[in-house]
Amino acid sequence: MIELVAAFQPPLAVDLGALTDLNFLIGVVGVTAGIYTIFALGLQLNVGYTGIVNFGQAGFMAVGAYAMGILVVKTGLSFWVAMPLAIVIAVAFGLLVGLPSLRLRADYLAIVTIAAAEIVRVLAQNARDLTGGNQGLSCSPDFVCYDDAWRDIEDGALDWVEGLGWADPEPLFPLFVVVWVTALVVMALLYLAQRTPWGRVLRAVREDEDAARALGKNSFAYKLQSLGISAALAAIAGFYLALNVASISPKEFEPLFTFIGYGVLVLGGLANYWGVAIGSLIMWTLIGGTRQIDLPITDEQQAALRFIIVGVALILLMAFRPQGMFGKREEMVLGD
Amino acid sequence: MEAQTLPETKGLPVRERVRETVPAQLLARNPERSAFAVIGLFVVVLIALYGLHDVAQTGLNGLSLGSVYALGAVGLTLVYGILKLVNFAHGEFLTFGAYTAFVVNVTLGLPLVIGALVAIVTTAVLGVAFERVMWGPMRARKAGLLQLLLMSIGLAFLIRYGIQFFSGTEIRQLGVDRTETVSLLGLTLGKSEAIVIVVGLAVLISIGLLLKLTLLGKRMRALADNLDLAETAGIDTSRIVLYTWLLAGGSAGLAGVLAATVTDVRPELGFGFLLAIFAAVILGGIGDAFGALVGGLVLGVVIEWSTLFIDFRYKIVVGFVVLILVLIVRPQGILGKARTV
Repeated sequence: MIELVAAFQPPLAVDLGALTDLNFLIGVVGVTAGIYTIFALGLQLNVGYTGIVNFGQAGFMAVGAYAMGILVVKTGLSFWVAMPLAIVIAVAFGLLVGLPSLRLRADYLAIVTIAAAEIVRVLAQNARDLTGGNQGLSCSPDFVCYDDAWRDIEDGALDWVEGLGWADPEPLFPLFVVVWVTALVVMALLYLAQRTPWGRVLRAVREDEDAARALGKNSFAYKLQSLGISAALAAIAGFYLALNVASISPKEFEPLFTFIGYGVLVLGGLANYWGVAIGSLIMWTLIGGTRQIDLPITDEQQAALRFIIVGVALILLMAFRPQGMFGKREEMVLGD
Repeated sequence: MEAQTLPETKGLPVRERVRETVPAQLLARNPERSAFAVIGLFVVVLIALYGLHDVAQTGLNGLSLGSVYALGAVGLTLVYGILKLVNFAHGEFLTFGAYTAFVVNVTLGLPLVIGALVAIVTTAVLGVAFERVMWGPMRARKAGLLQLLLMSIGLAFLIRYGIQFFSGTEIRQLGVDRTETVSLLGLTLGKSEAIVIVVGLAVLISIGLLLKLTLLGKRMRALADNLDLAETAGIDTSRIVLYTWLLAGGSAGLAGVLAATVTDVRPELGFGFLLAIFAAVILGGIGDAFGALVGGLVLGVVIEWSTLFIDFRYKIVVGFVVLILVLIVRPQGILGKARTV
């Protein structure tokens, strides 16, 4: 431990050039921030608009990603059929978790949902025949991979972009475009849904569940719908996550990522869909950016430092600006 | 707000319907006895299927795991009940204790007992320190549940990755001989597991007696019931809050050392135990320290029993399933009083 005193020396070189690098902007920040925008939009619907403290989002993402992967790799189903099926499976799992738990107080719900997510992760870790365990799931023995269909599209898109005159395009550019188009479409749909009678009942459930029930609204059904939609969004985020990494593995679905989702949520502010995108961009610039800065510490320490920063940011944000950047202060108060 | 006062709404009563079944009614009327009846039945079935020896052996293993859960749970439940704080950083208190013991025991080469004592004291101080700089001021500002919850997650990150920053992700061992075993009545047990059980149970019983018999315990229960009312009644609440954190931090620090004794020392140590500890808390009823002790021990034993019929790699899932089942059937806990959840 003594040799680590060196860590306290001031940073020697900060390579700010990296922050304007296209690979960094698209590959490191862009794609991941887009994926976590979709992921946290579900949380926004739950926490910001319905008052459900869903801590199982990483688990729903895992169910979506694994269901898609297993259907393609193990059963040979087409990627395009596997995706909607995987969404259905993730929603079904969301409803299964929600049915017994959505009646519980916010803190109990948080614990149940995180436990459900951990069940999924531990199962994924150990059911090796199905999921590949910690090695991850990517291809079958005869080289059918879950991302084959996407790779064809990606290659075509990259050739096309190259034809337009972008020599040596960033390989993640096609995924970047698809992820962000999805994120913006989801954002717009949720924004519009919030302005329908359905959306207004959700708000009513969040503000005063008893009042909503007194008006004859089945608040439980609305909460269940909210959780189901959120699980679907988590599944979609899971597909893109799977395409962004070489294999679907349990470490991508640790509770840590749900917590990062909450970081994204409160950075942008509760009850604000556009804020989620901003929050996600800030979060991943912060996490990715600290990777670019050249500190006189080991890579492992730098990795730890990233999450120390996230933790401190979360504490300070909750202490001094719980409403986030674009949220309203009163949204932080959940009735209990 | 009482559950009974809620308006009846069409299509709602999923849980109400469950309550109408006979076992659920029995459970509602006499939760403790029915819980022990269920466990007793479970034991009889297990003995019939796997023999007395295996059941006793796994049960004994479960006691060492359960001691860690129970020690972790007692602090978490007090903080949860008295300060209404769902402290997701509680697992990191265990980690902090384990690393403190590691530094004293391995880096400095002192006996593990000294390491454990230092861990208890430093973790207790850590608990009080965060109360002073974070939780106290936030309570004064009437921070909401979600706000405090997320803050505790931020704190968990800070502690866990702070530890990782200084000592890396390397998995370490405390200076204990894990190969030595002790035999008792035909059962064998690792010496370190045996020590964990003895130390764990001794401390747990002391804490239990302290809280049941002394005025401090009574005052803690008063605060858990209604902090403002307790203050009006002349209880020095800030002092009780201080003792609560000392007890929560100290017991968590010891739990971390015991956990490290039977497993290893790594940055995720505490977080790995946290959900099971939450399960123990809920099993015993939130705020009920005695319940948490029993809940932790029962959970540890049930989890180890489960390895008789399912792959041991899935045993932690059993803990989560128990947690979810308890929340569905009886969210106020087996030992908890009926109240709104």
